[in-house]
Amino acid sequence: MDELRNTVDAVFRRESGKIIAGLIRVSGSFDLAEEAMQDAFAIALVSWANGLPDNPAAWITAVARRKLIDYARRERTRLDKQDQLLYETETSTSAEDPIGDADMSFPDDRLRLIFTCCHPALNREAQIALTLRTLGGLTTPEIARAFLVPEPTLAQRLVRAKRKIQDAHIPYEVPEERALPERLASVQTVIYLIFNEGYTATAGDTLIRRELCAEAIRLARTLSELMPNQPENLGLLALMLLHDSRRDARVNAAGELVPLEEQDRSTWHREQIEEGVRLVERALRMRRPGPYQLQAAISAIHAEAESTEQTDWEQITALYRELLRMNPSPVVALNHAVAVAMGDGIENGLALVDRLGASGELNSYHLYHAARADLLRRIGSRESALEAYDRALALTTNAVERRYLRRRVAELHNWPAS
Amino acid sequence: MRYMMLIYTKETEGANPDEMKAVSAAHWAVMDETTRQGILCGADPLEPTRTATTVRIQDGRVAVTDGPFAETKEQLAGYYILECKDLDEALEWAARIVPGTACGGAQGCVEVRPIHEIRKPAPEAKPSEFAKA
Repeated sequence: MDELRNTVDAVFRRESGKIIAGLIRVSGSFDLAEEAMQDAFAIALVSWANGLPDNPAAWITAVARRKLIDYARRERTRLDKQDQLLYETETSTSAEDPIGDADMSFPDDRLRLIFTCCHPALNREAQIALTLRTLGGLTTPEIARAFLVPEPTLAQRLVRAKRKIQDAHIPYEVPEERALPERLASVQTVIYLIFNEGYTATAGDTLIRRELCAEAIRLARTLSELMPNQPENLGLLALMLLHDSRRDARVNAAGELVPLEEQDRSTWHREQIEEGVRLVERALRMRRPGPYQLQAAISAIHAEAESTEQTDWEQITALYRELLRMNPSPVVALNHAVAVAMGDGIENGLALVDRLGASGELNSYHLYHAARADLLRRIGSRESALEAYDRALALTTNAVERRYLRRRVAELHNWPAS
Repeated sequence: MRYMMLIYTKETEGANPDEMKAVSAAHWAVMDETTRQGILCGADPLEPTRTATTVRIQDGRVAVTDGPFAETKEQLAGYYILECKDLDEALEWAARIVPGTACGGAQGCVEVRPIHEIRKPAPEAKPSEFAKA
């Protein structure tokens, strides 16, 4: 029985996004589609005891579609009883058999679903929750745990989002060409936020966080398959694969953050790196560079280097310069300055970092002080480095990052007094 | 589905003529185009909030007060009602109405709300509540 449950769970996790996307199209309702799919999986838990169907996803879809017909009939009966007149004015299009075509799902359904879930008329939290719930097949408690919000809050968020989709008629369509760039950017942002939530925050349930990264990669893969001519889709997928390839090396057994230069590169996941590099190359050949592609290219250079010393910092600096041109943010400027420090001499980089600091914009950004402290440490200015580490620590809330910074401070205290 | 576009903007007396020209051009463009497409169900500017009167029931009695429902920096200045196929179409029209919200050098905004369509129940289907009263 447990084995069957695991099988059904696995089918759910793998196929539910695809299945529900088609069910929403035929039923025109997130709630009905979800209910029908849940019912079908519940039936599977009994029926599959006698053996798995050849195509579990098609089986679930067929059963769920029959459920949708049942609901429509039930609704019709209810309306009949309740108020004959009211019903007749309804001339229901939804109660008419909506399940005409036998085709089980168009690849476009999932694309429609992604765009609807990430529609700008929904707020960001709702977009993320809805995407994970419908396309990712994560449960409400799982999503709540991953984002450290109480379950009722998250459930409420989902209900509200679905109601707005229904009541405001948010379309279930791939946007038209002229709206596409903006809408696609919103989808990419949601996917990347899901990934980052799993990747950067190390507090909380590690298993769920791992699942978030995997889910974001799955979503980006789907997006890349369905819209392969959008180079930023490939760039985003590559970027996440490359970051994720270092997952086992970036935190040590004691749960401490290991900086790139101290990571054991032999534990990086080679296959993911190779796929990421191939994707970046393919994307860049389309000659429409964008922020995800550039970041992926930077990550690819790190991934292919044997060590920090042998890293092509010049190339990385050039890529950051390009990124800065597209996205002139102080955070990108900081990364650029660090690349200059590594490639062109610490002093030069430090000068850039200090110039950035003069604007005051980065004053409350912990990584600014951490980066500055690191460069000061490298040129042996112990007192200034300690000061910068203190400021970084005062601004850092993540426990793993704090532990790392404290370790650096302790090392500096152990330096022989000059 | 019908959508109402509520125009919110700063109220300033004595408008700048150039701004006025641009604002009315934006509205005429939208009204002409939506009329041509047969989707314009209504659109009007409103007199400023100094003309507003608010009616409430207080302690079981009708209370009339001078002024708008709420004193805010931006006020309801006009509306459109358009028949659109979905929210995306409504949002496109709203984006074209926004330039018509400029006031005193600042840009206003447009709130888009689907109209909740109700059907009056047929009289014989439901005994009237009012008949009993």
